[in-house]
Amino acid sequence: MHLSSPAKKLIGILVLFIAALFISLPTPLNLDLKLGLDLAGGSHLVFEADTSKISPEKVKDAVVSLKEVVERRVNLFGISEPVVQTSSFGEKERIIVELPGIQNTQEAAELIGRTAQLVFAEVSEATSSGELKLTDLSGADLERAAVDFDQTTGKPVVALQFTKEGGGKFEKITEKNIGKAVAILLDTEIISAPIVQEKISGGNAIISGDFTIEEVKKLVIQLNAGALPLPIALVEERVVQATLGAESVSQSVKAGLVGLAMVLTFMILSYGRLGVVSAVGLIVFGVLTLALYKLIPVVLTLPGIAGFLLSVGMAVDSNILIFERFKEEKGRRPVPDALEVSFGRAWDSIRDANIATLVTAFILANPFDWDFLHTSGPVRGFAITLALGIAISLFTGIVVSRNLLRVFIREKKT
Amino acid sequence: MNWMKYRLIYFLISAAVVGAGIFAYFKWGLSLGIDFKGGALIEYQVGKDFSTEEAIKKIENPSIEVYSIQKAGENTYLVRTNPLDPHYRENIGIVLGELTGEATELRFENVGPSIGPDLIKKTIYAIAIAASAILLWVTFQFKSFKFGVSAVFAMLHDSLVLLGSFALFGHFFGAEIDFLFVTAMLTILSFSVHDTIVVYDRIRETRKKVGGSMTEMANMAVSQTMVRSLNNSFTIIFMLVALILLGGTSIKWFAIALLVGTISGTYSSPFVAVPILVSWDVLQRKIKRS
Repeated sequence: MHLSSPAKKLIGILVLFIAALFISLPTPLNLDLKLGLDLAGGSHLVFEADTSKISPEKVKDAVVSLKEVVERRVNLFGISEPVVQTSSFGEKERIIVELPGIQNTQEAAELIGRTAQLVFAEVSEATSSGELKLTDLSGADLERAAVDFDQTTGKPVVALQFTKEGGGKFEKITEKNIGKAVAILLDTEIISAPIVQEKISGGNAIISGDFTIEEVKKLVIQLNAGALPLPIALVEERVVQATLGAESVSQSVKAGLVGLAMVLTFMILSYGRLGVVSAVGLIVFGVLTLALYKLIPVVLTLPGIAGFLLSVGMAVDSNILIFERFKEEKGRRPVPDALEVSFGRAWDSIRDANIATLVTAFILANPFDWDFLHTSGPVRGFAITLALGIAISLFTGIVVSRNLLRVFIREKKT
Repeated sequence: MNWMKYRLIYFLISAAVVGAGIFAYFKWGLSLGIDFKGGALIEYQVGKDFSTEEAIKKIENPSIEVYSIQKAGENTYLVRTNPLDPHYRENIGIVLGELTGEATELRFENVGPSIGPDLIKKTIYAIAIAASAILLWVTFQFKSFKFGVSAVFAMLHDSLVLLGSFALFGHFFGAEIDFLFVTAMLTILSFSVHDTIVVYDRIRETRKKVGGSMTEMANMAVSQTMVRSLNNSFTIIFMLVALILLGGTSIKWFAIALLVGTISGTYSSPFVAVPILVSWDVLQRKIKRS
């Protein structure tokens, strides 16, 4: 049996389709769609850094280390796949933190936003109230902090271990202050001021205050991650409960299916057999798109789903352009020729028009993170699904439909 | 069909629609969402319907100012307030819980006042970049500045229609201008020009093959692309209507904005962009002749 070239291509398309179907189906590969915060639930926090107290040329470095510290804190917080981004626009330096699954933003914001500058101070006895004299021992000299419990009272305490250098400093301070208090300050607030009994060497210390276990845990995270180089304040927060996200997903799926059914019916009613071909093309489009979402992977947001649905509406456009052209050309030449001519002629429009849409999608997606454009998740999600949709629709609209039609029409003739 | 004979009518229709929008804009303004002006938006699932006035009275205190409480769906309500201090967030839920038996927070958004101005600037940059890129692309592709400028005018027309309609929707139905609206606006820019390019492409093809005056070529191109243009819009409209009716509250206004833009974009290609192109061409010839 001799297979024509379009038929061979169709077999190729079929293989691709089956592979894509295999990837899209929930089993057996178990590839999950990545859902954004608005669908999976979680919180989105934006902090603004106070850069007024440092010189302008130091801002850039400070923001870089700010991001590192925030990242460390978020990672120590123990949630999967958090995102920490910086955004610099005009005079404003911002840190964007996305925490999937976290609904209690107040707690998260406290953990991330506290400067956590730890300093040790000597208490001079000259005045009755006790004047503080800051030492050079600070949070920067810590090797690590850990949660511990006071052996007599059972209360949670923070166990500190200094670096070698820090241990040396601590030894000197304790030696100098036997019988006196040494104050431990966190963000200029005294959290503990124990009386030194003896010189402490070995670089270990304990902060015991009136802490709850949660406070100690938070403090340990902050101390281990290091102090923030710049104070930051929460300026924007968005929280979506997982239940609302799940509802959004089911609503969008329902809307998508109803819309798809209407589009398919419309195409078949308007174009008859040609419409059936475009319906097949659209189904291939849907499956390929879903497979790519999983493979890339695309983080799907609610506007992202809207972008996908919009691209379904636009995907049939190339078919409509070709079919309308075909209606015109059919009267002038034999059917197979008319088909080829329609594809050729319609291609110019399809290409030029879709490039314009891709340009806009590019600006919305802002793939290079240009600071003068939006870097927000939802809009980016929309633009990425729209752009992908257009790219795939060009493939299905041209390659898939064309070869289907070639085989379909040739066979009808013989 | 001699579409271009009725150019004046198309311009009048557009002027009326855009004019109504501008009127609405100056009369009522746009109601800006929290993304632009700052504030909190909380969506609650509650036990039963309640008197919003009573709720507002109970919630408000020197630190919480309630802008509005809106029913969003079955037993779901949207509460809008000034930017909230974290610990006031719970107060609102407690009040609603007392009023209705139970109140679960579904969504919480709190935006400080410093975000809005940047958002506006970034939006303006995005629109300016998109518009110039499209102007350049069309001018380059059709080798004529006239084509590019006419397409950009059609885009501008669609943006004004969208803005105007949201001034109306904002006043009568509480629609707000938010981040998603901006996204819809940019998408519509590209949709508008997408359609225009399809018509232009037919003009270009006719010019190569048959030639003729710009008016004749434009008439042919509009006739040849009319069915395609309508059919394509129908398929997009189907998807959007499904999304508006079934897609839930979070993206309802986003889908409506896209729908308005799609309809306007479909109209603006044959009835704004091409008539401007033809009028420009006719005018240019008249000036040359004299």
